[in-house]
Amino acid sequence: MRKSTGQATLALAAEAGRTKLPDPVPGDCPMAIRGLTVSYGEKPAVFSVDARFAPGAMTAIIGPNGAGKSTLLKAALGVIPRVSGEVRVFGQPVEQARDRIAYVPQRASVDWDFPATVMDVVLMGLYRQVGLLRRLTGAHRAAARACLDRVGMADFAARQIGQLSGGQQQRVFLARALAQEADLYLLDEPFAGVDAATERAIIDVIKTLREEGKSVIAVHHDLTTVRRYFDHVFLINVRKVAEGPVDEAFTEAALNAAYGGSLAAPYLSQLELAG
Amino acid sequence: MDGFLDALLLDAGYNARLVAIGAGLLGLSAGAAGTFLFLRKRALVSDAVAHSTLPGIALAFIAMVALGGDGRWLPGLLIGSALSAWAGLLAVQAMTRRTRLSEDAAIGAVLSVFFGLGVVLLTVIQTMSAGRQAGLESFLLGSTAGMLYADAVTIAVGGALSVLAIWILRRPMTLVTFDAEYAAARGVNVPRVDLMIMGLVMAITVIGLKIVGLILIVAMLIIPPVTARFWTDRSGRVIWIAALVGGVSAYTGAALSAAAPALPTGPIIVLISAFLFALSLFFAPARGVAAALIARRRFQRRVHRRQGLLALARDEIIHDGLTLRVLQDEGLIRPDGVATEAGRAQAAKVARDEHRWAVAREVHQDSGLTGRYDGLTPIEEVFTPDEIEEFDRRIGGPVGVA
Amino acid sequence: MGAEFVQFSLTPMLIGVFAAVACALPGNFLILRRQALIGDAISHVVLPGIVVAFLLTGTVAAIPMMLGAGVAAVVAVALIEAIRRLGGIEPGAAMGVTFTTLFAGGVLLLEQSDTSGVHLDVEHALMGNLESLIWFQADGWASLVDPVALAALPPELGRMATVCGLVLLATILFWRWLVMSTFDEGFAQAMGLPVSAIGLGLVTLAAISAVAAFDAVGSIIVIAMFICPPAAARLMTERLGVQVAWSVAFAVVSAVLGYVLAGYGPLWLGASNAVSAAGMIATVSGVILGLACLFAPHRARIGAGRSPDAV
Repeated sequence: MRKSTGQATLALAAEAGRTKLPDPVPGDCPMAIRGLTVSYGEKPAVFSVDARFAPGAMTAIIGPNGAGKSTLLKAALGVIPRVSGEVRVFGQPVEQARDRIAYVPQRASVDWDFPATVMDVVLMGLYRQVGLLRRLTGAHRAAARACLDRVGMADFAARQIGQLSGGQQQRVFLARALAQEADLYLLDEPFAGVDAATERAIIDVIKTLREEGKSVIAVHHDLTTVRRYFDHVFLINVRKVAEGPVDEAFTEAALNAAYGGSLAAPYLSQLELAG
Repeated sequence: MDGFLDALLLDAGYNARLVAIGAGLLGLSAGAAGTFLFLRKRALVSDAVAHSTLPGIALAFIAMVALGGDGRWLPGLLIGSALSAWAGLLAVQAMTRRTRLSEDAAIGAVLSVFFGLGVVLLTVIQTMSAGRQAGLESFLLGSTAGMLYADAVTIAVGGALSVLAIWILRRPMTLVTFDAEYAAARGVNVPRVDLMIMGLVMAITVIGLKIVGLILIVAMLIIPPVTARFWTDRSGRVIWIAALVGGVSAYTGAALSAAAPALPTGPIIVLISAFLFALSLFFAPARGVAAALIARRRFQRRVHRRQGLLALARDEIIHDGLTLRVLQDEGLIRPDGVATEAGRAQAAKVARDEHRWAVAREVHQDSGLTGRYDGLTPIEEVFTPDEIEEFDRRIGGPVGVA
Repeated sequence: MGAEFVQFSLTPMLIGVFAAVACALPGNFLILRRQALIGDAISHVVLPGIVVAFLLTGTVAAIPMMLGAGVAAVVAVALIEAIRRLGGIEPGAAMGVTFTTLFAGGVLLLEQSDTSGVHLDVEHALMGNLESLIWFQADGWASLVDPVALAALPPELGRMATVCGLVLLATILFWRWLVMSTFDEGFAQAMGLPVSAIGLGLVTLAAISAVAAFDAVGSIIVIAMFICPPAAARLMTERLGVQVAWSVAFAVVSAVLGYVLAGYGPLWLGASNAVSAAGMIATVSGVILGLACLFAPHRARIGAGRSPDAV
């Protein structure tokens, strides 16, 4: 088989196959996926995807619109049903690893007209601690306030969520995830439609998380910031196109394979591609 | 049964004939108008409109009695019902526009409050000396038994007029309901067309009150379009299929209840259309449940078959139960999991096509065709034989599979 | 306000209050989930439920009636879900198809069966019979401590109070689940909450309230109380806890004021007969909602733009 430069990382066909992971999956692997297929009706949204995300890394899931980026994340979490495939988080089935996962859904997925304050939303992140009935104490509120402080929203704790800007809403969601004190952070389009200041604030928080040894996986669609924000990439267009460190996998060949050659050359030249 | 056939064939007396024809026409226009409403995603607004008629009917009765009349004059009652239905519609719109409440809450609030007010007024009427035999309760569930000749004429004429209105307005309404933005770009006044649709729905509701009753009239507007959706994806056809379903249900229902006066007309009509709906839900060839289930199962098996074959090609162990079952059903593996002759051949073909795709994606990077690389579309469907030959040449060496 | 009040007005008024509160509580969450019309659907299918129960048991005893209505509500919800999923039909239309069909079936069964000996008809199911739930044995406030008189309280009162307490307890116990799954279902699911079960549980709770309330007060109040008090309460505050408290207050006011206006209003106007209490309670709740729409402090949507709606 003829091989061209960069194709070593083009996993393309080479990996698809089984729908079960081999035992055991190493416990330090934040998320391992095997043979994951999700379909809305007849058309697969995600097809036979294998992935093994690196521990302590910031991974960007990138691909064109409708490539199944968010679907992959949601299916891995069990938020939407899958046709086939298996997912392990830190070597365990997702159901047993919930305490170690923090999830930040797309901002647009909820109705912000809901009657709640910023504090109410962040406190939801403590649910795994307090359960259904335990009372929220001052310590809980202090913890939530500290999380708000980390995203620069400490003064907004009592604000009604409908009054927030898009960027502030995104920060509240991130604070809620921080409150979970997880080891793996899954973010769905955290930078979509937010202002520049919020983008900086969010990336600062994420980088701190990495310094604390946490793993971050984010659905991302701005190719120009991939190199600056992330150290690993996972390219997908219904099927996996490439995965690996930015230096190895973020190549023109991989991008062309994922985006079907729709990216213009001048644009590609700005991306500081590898290879 | 004879009575039913007589009624069905318009042989059961002049009144019954008129009512059946009127109901059929009304069902026809309800099906069509309901389609417009359904496609604008406002199906249940009609429920609020229907329930809002009750206080209008009661007030019209009270007013007519106060003016020295009989109070049961149908056109007067219908005008009253139309006015309060209009008020109900305005209330729904004001609530959704001016407050943070969503449309479903507004619909539910208007529906229950107007109906509650109507019930209060009905109890007022019962205490009036003229109100003892008012019979306004028949507007709740509809009744054609013992209908006056004049009432039957009113309904038949109303039904005919509503069909006429739909025929005249069908172009702009179709345009707006199927693509409002395009319609607006072509200079159609979308809000006005929406208003026409609501006006039509209101007219149909009011005319249908006496036959179907205000609680169930919404079924005549909702069930036919939902039924029609199972039969076609073609936008224009939905309307006519819905009209057909509505017309047939209403006509048959009215005829049936004329033949057996103990059967209330409204529920019969609703149940007939519900029957047509259930049939379509399960057995419609295009979008029915049976068809979808078969397709879904086939799809899942295709996914597992392909993944299993890939695993075979790479000598990997298959754990997944469904994958094993699919492969075994097709004789591709033996019960102990070892690939058969056919299995190895098929696995080799799947693996070879994967290689071909890998090359294809490299060669055709700029092409939309590679977007069809979903793992299930056979490569032969996407590329011409000579293109595939070219891929094989690049892969190198002929691969010995049939 | 003496013996006559205790005998004729106290119990129906209390039953009305309990019914209103039992419906308003789940109504808060139904409205936030854009499922307000589930209440509408449930209260329509109560009729076929009780008719089938009557045909099976031959009595109009409360327990079989309520069981029948409960089963019908569950069947209706399952059917709506099935039609929505299997047919790919939007929820509103799926609801419309389901409840009209079941209601029509109920009416037809009712008309075909011999119910002349029992009090079972469509109007009763719609309008209830609140006025008749009087406390014959009572002869003054002292009866409240008289065991003999207490034993003769209309059974609807105990039932409705129990259901109201049950709904209140469930709302408190499962508060966090309800709030989280209503606000952000995806996040709740990722947290390991059983969101499908919570959704089903909420609808079941609503169905229990509807079934118990319909027995005493009819379907109209049920729909009105599911929607009007919570909707008005939503316009009063930005905190969910406060909203629920307002909705309970509005429900109580609607029930009491509605009952009083129905019973005494016509007398004040010089007429001699009372009007329908159920209808009046619904009307009062509508007036409260109308006032809230015009004057409540948080009536307008803030922040994000509104979806443009046609007509």
